[in-house]
Amino acid sequence: MTVKSTARARKKAAPAVPDTLRAAGTDAQPELVQLLTPEGERVEHPDYPLTTTPDELRSLYRDLVLVRRFDGEATALQRQGELGLWASLLGQEAAQVGSGRAMRTGDYAFPTYREHGVAWCRDVDPLNLLGMFRGVNHGGWDPNEKNFHLYTIVIGSQTLHATGYAMGITKDGADDAVIAYFGDGASSQGDVNEAFTFASVYNAPVVFFCQNNQWAISEPTTTQTKIPLYRRASGFGFPGVRVDGNDVLACLAVTRWALDHARNGNGPVLIEAFTYRMGAHTTSDDPTRYRHTEETEAWKAKDPISRLRAHLEKEGLADEEFFAAVDAESEQLGLRVREGVRGMPDPDPTLIFDHVYSEPHTLVDEERAEYVAYAASFEAGENL
Amino acid sequence: MAGQLSIAKALNGALRKSLENDPKTLLMGEDIGKLGGVFRITDGLQKDFGEDRVIDSPLAESGIVGTAIGLALRGYRPVVEIQFDGFVYPAFDQIVSQLAKMHARALGHVKMPVTIRIPYAGGIGAVEHHSESHEAYFAHTAGLRVVTPSNPHDAHWMLRQAIESDDPVIFLEPKRRYWDKGEVGDAPDLGMHDARIVRPGTDATLIAYGPMVKVCLEAAAAAEEDGRRLEVVDLRSLSPVDFTTLEDSVKRTGRAVVVHEAPVFLGMGAELAARLTEKCFYHLEAPVLRVGGYYAPYPPSRVEEAFLPDLDRVLDAVDRALAY
Repeated sequence: MTVKSTARARKKAAPAVPDTLRAAGTDAQPELVQLLTPEGERVEHPDYPLTTTPDELRSLYRDLVLVRRFDGEATALQRQGELGLWASLLGQEAAQVGSGRAMRTGDYAFPTYREHGVAWCRDVDPLNLLGMFRGVNHGGWDPNEKNFHLYTIVIGSQTLHATGYAMGITKDGADDAVIAYFGDGASSQGDVNEAFTFASVYNAPVVFFCQNNQWAISEPTTTQTKIPLYRRASGFGFPGVRVDGNDVLACLAVTRWALDHARNGNGPVLIEAFTYRMGAHTTSDDPTRYRHTEETEAWKAKDPISRLRAHLEKEGLADEEFFAAVDAESEQLGLRVREGVRGMPDPDPTLIFDHVYSEPHTLVDEERAEYVAYAASFEAGENL
Repeated sequence: MAGQLSIAKALNGALRKSLENDPKTLLMGEDIGKLGGVFRITDGLQKDFGEDRVIDSPLAESGIVGTAIGLALRGYRPVVEIQFDGFVYPAFDQIVSQLAKMHARALGHVKMPVTIRIPYAGGIGAVEHHSESHEAYFAHTAGLRVVTPSNPHDAHWMLRQAIESDDPVIFLEPKRRYWDKGEVGDAPDLGMHDARIVRPGTDATLIAYGPMVKVCLEAAAAAEEDGRRLEVVDLRSLSPVDFTTLEDSVKRTGRAVVVHEAPVFLGMGAELAARLTEKCFYHLEAPVLRVGGYYAPYPPSRVEEAFLPDLDRVLDAVDRALAY
């Protein structure tokens, strides 16, 4: 008998999945926590109650609109040649604003390179985010000023930094918590799985917030996983929740719960925010090569901003004057971003040597002196 | 610190002092707690400083370095142990793309006081992945400091200096010398990045570091019987390199041989030879020669002696240098 036919026979004879495993595992329909339907209806969830004032709802709406406007402006600036690249968050505003607004001042966010909405909630100046995409720095903001770490480009690496930071919180006896952002593609990375392990065994106060936007550049989530991503958590020994990532209220409520769970000494939580990347992976990508318009159109009907606006209008919580004011503010933001980026000076080339080390290093100092002398030789006319 | 200590004990003492002096210093690694590390470098430290400061980690090197970065961001000063040289590669991204670049990425707003201790190099009859010399990878990466002691005094004081540094330091420990004994002085006599002339001479300069310093000292002693006076420089630091000391020495002797266990091709010796040629061109009586491992995977231990530089190969190179 050949190996191949043995394998086939074995497959045929495979026993049915026991009920005990089925209940915990792969066949059950994933539950999606939702508090606001795509039509703008408020619904309740027994595990994630949320009370909001009209002011809060309006302010969430404002954040969503301004973040989208900022993002759109950045895409336009890339097309105009002002930025080298841009990674748009279009479609993911609710996941980012909901989770970002759930954080307390002392909490800390470790982003990928697409968390512009979280940055906004942490009060990071949007212009700071654009420096690296323009090429004037690699980030450069002080992460401790707003507890928002630098953008990390290598996929998943930051989840370990977040976990280490959270381990430090535990050692300090503080009640802060951390959010590690990553995507569906990153869930395959070793670092993310190591972060799950470290966070779990050390009971670190970290919330793993996975924005499953369905696409890792051209690869669908099915290339990364055979089970819903939130279920990965159970194998590591902590809770996993799937939330409607286009529902800002559900993202807020679930993340707030998860952060409290973590800060109260119960260890990590995995949140899978089920959402969709409406735009390209970055401005260098062409999604028409790998996905269908029908899919994108279907997700458009679940738009995070439209549903909150529908809710505000239906419930009479905001009037035309409010919406017009938000639009005017977003125009102002767009103007500020455009002017800010165009006015962003190129750094002096000696920046190359400035922060390689925090203490003197003879080779760097020597090469800096060589460069400065070489550059000066042009000014002196020696090298013309 | 009177009396003779092994390198292992000197390192243990340095870790103990660092833990005593700064409550933010933490040790992390595989089997470093109850076991005291596979080489016993952390022996007794968990018992005295607790599981919260001497942390047994999951078996995941990227996780060890990645979480150390996070701890550093929170204000801690982690000292991590990689169990063996060949096990550091799973952490390569965290070391070269994250740890080394974080300070620059933040335009100086954050510091990365992380020390990575790695027992390295061969000569102990080990199985695969337990005998490698990978210093060139790290020295090639701007943002890292790379040092390696060759004796108990330097092991103790350089480790303390490494832990006190606000920059990431790759601290390479010559594992086959762990049990070599020597005096450990009461204070460091050199900065962490200074080279040391360990034997003065006039006819040629032997440049070595870590495990090869002893081999070069033995070669110099043997050469003296033939009437040749070889100077031996213990480089100690691989990034940055103390070219001032090297240049002074080579200008006096006119000849230099660089010795390391790592493969010669694109090893530290290549950089040292290039720079010394440039700096000492009119003083050189012969090209700078290199003695090292071959361009092959580290071999099975029964033939490692043929791979590793020894006294005879060093003296053979000296002969060639003197023959010019």
